[in-house]
Amino acid sequence: MDNVNLLLDGLGAAASPENLMYAAIGVILGTFVGVLPGIGPAMAVALLLPVTFGLGPTQSFIMFAGIYYGGMYGGSTTSILLNTPGESASVMTALEGNKMAKKGRAAQALATAAIGSFIAGTIGTLLVAFCAPWLADIGVEIGAPSYFAIIVLAMVLVTSVLGDSKLRGFISLFLGLTIGLVGMDLNTGQPRLSFDQPLLADRLDIVVVAVGIFALGEALWVAAHLRRKPLEVIPVGQPWMGKEDWKRSWGPWFRGTALGFPFGAVPAGGAETPTFLSYVLERRLRKGEEFGEGAIEGVAGPEAANNASAAGTFVPLLAMGIPVTATSAVMLAALQGQGIQPGPQLMSEHADLVWTLLASLLIGNALLLVLNLPLAPLWAKLLVIPRPYLYAGILFFASLGAYSANLQPFDVFLLLVFGLLGLTMRRFGLPVLPLILGVILGPLGEKSFREALIISGGEASGLFNETLAIVLYVVAVLAIVTPLVLGALRRRTPTDVEVRA
Amino acid sequence: MSRTIVVAYTPDQFGQAAVEAAVAEARLRDAELLVVNGTRGDALVDDSFAGSAQLTELTARLAATGVSAEVRQVVGADVGDLVVEVAQERGAILVVVGVRRRSPVGKLLMGSVSQRILLTADCPVLAVKPD
Repeated sequence: MDNVNLLLDGLGAAASPENLMYAAIGVILGTFVGVLPGIGPAMAVALLLPVTFGLGPTQSFIMFAGIYYGGMYGGSTTSILLNTPGESASVMTALEGNKMAKKGRAAQALATAAIGSFIAGTIGTLLVAFCAPWLADIGVEIGAPSYFAIIVLAMVLVTSVLGDSKLRGFISLFLGLTIGLVGMDLNTGQPRLSFDQPLLADRLDIVVVAVGIFALGEALWVAAHLRRKPLEVIPVGQPWMGKEDWKRSWGPWFRGTALGFPFGAVPAGGAETPTFLSYVLERRLRKGEEFGEGAIEGVAGPEAANNASAAGTFVPLLAMGIPVTATSAVMLAALQGQGIQPGPQLMSEHADLVWTLLASLLIGNALLLVLNLPLAPLWAKLLVIPRPYLYAGILFFASLGAYSANLQPFDVFLLLVFGLLGLTMRRFGLPVLPLILGVILGPLGEKSFREALIISGGEASGLFNETLAIVLYVVAVLAIVTPLVLGALRRRTPTDVEVRA
Repeated sequence: MSRTIVVAYTPDQFGQAAVEAAVAEARLRDAELLVVNGTRGDALVDDSFAGSAQLTELTARLAATGVSAEVRQVVGADVGDLVVEVAQERGAILVVVGVRRRSPVGKLLMGSVSQRILLTADCPVLAVKPD
């Protein structure tokens, strides 16, 4: 098999001492930010964007891949020991995981989470290695109208499927699209939304936007809510599992992987739905027995699902150049910063980069297992770091990064503006992901949109002359309309009932 | 108004020593105890902030001594100031604090709640070391 050989070549390239070092830095940093609630892998990757300009694309991607997976592991530690999910993907883990910890089974909960994540991540990465080239082959054939439709679909799905409020999601998406417009129009050279400022006409640097929204916004938000009653952490020793735990865990691991991967791979994005589905499934299979009191299946399944879905998001990212999570969106920006145009041609033009990345995902995953099982008690100690120290560091790196992107003091001012925007969004519960997607996918979408229109000579019909495009638009419309219709029909019955059934 | 003794409490041997000394003082002076446990509240987890299990144990132990006692948990910028404020508010006759052996450099780096209390309290302060 061709793909197997390519992956083996990638493993060879990724296993060089230098690359291994970046993988190790990535997973350690990723676990660090994952353990601390509020600081996620997306922020870490955004803060490291300027660093990557000094590294090669391969090295930076190896590091980012480590951060991405590491963040997932770290998040589960916090969920289990503190009952505070570090990120939305770990919400389901916290349900049973914290109950287990309270019953004195924290070690087993952490072990099943770590091993489940490892298995799901490994299977998921292998699946990516086989799906992505196949999808990219199709992707190369896709014309501008369909590519535009895919981008529209990705934005609609991510915005409407994730989060509680579609209205808030779309507000955030359109804010992002507007930010993506600022600066020189790449087709005609006219400045847009630049308010006659030459520095704005130069287009906004994605580093400044991402760091402002993720890092500065979060830091200001934390500063506004500095003093809170400390939480009770459950002390834990070395994670381990007994025979019975293994027997109960392996089923949920594989079922979770099967559920998680497709959700990550189609641009419906997010780990929230598959982790929820996995939790419900495991609960049904156990007939609810022990659930709510710390059932190990309720940790094993969702943890596997969230890592499989994290792996799945690499399929659209590598094959189509379409990110569906905040972290992969920022990683895409890093690619662009390296002068690599993401899209279907990425697989053929930068094959060595892609295969080294996939191989380093496998290596990173193995490193995480080795690191996390013995180090779990140490990671839990991170939680006693006072927030001011932590955020002072983040602010320092944020300002440094924003300034070093172009060596323009104006960028530091912009950073502040986006930081205030990030604070406002958190204050009013606007999700951050649609905004980042808008900023990054907006210009890509515009490019295909203009291409399609130029081909058709300005006729709007040029956007609908491919079957695939029409199908995708129908799916996008259904994604918006169906929940509205269902909601109207169900208004009379309490919706909670079926959630718990 | 009854007389109050304020105890600066942490769930460790130092807080334990302070509570024991305060109970003895309260019996001598016929006063009631106000046990104050404070945190800066700027970290997710603070080991010197008593958890619910530790609080139950503390109240049980206090009840067993027969001295009338109250436990209060406070969050603020400086734990030492918080204790002194509580003492002033209740017009405390004594503040009891457990002190740890810390070098001048260590104090410079880590700060010292006991030092803050010793320097700013209006009433006498009893500093206790665990044996």
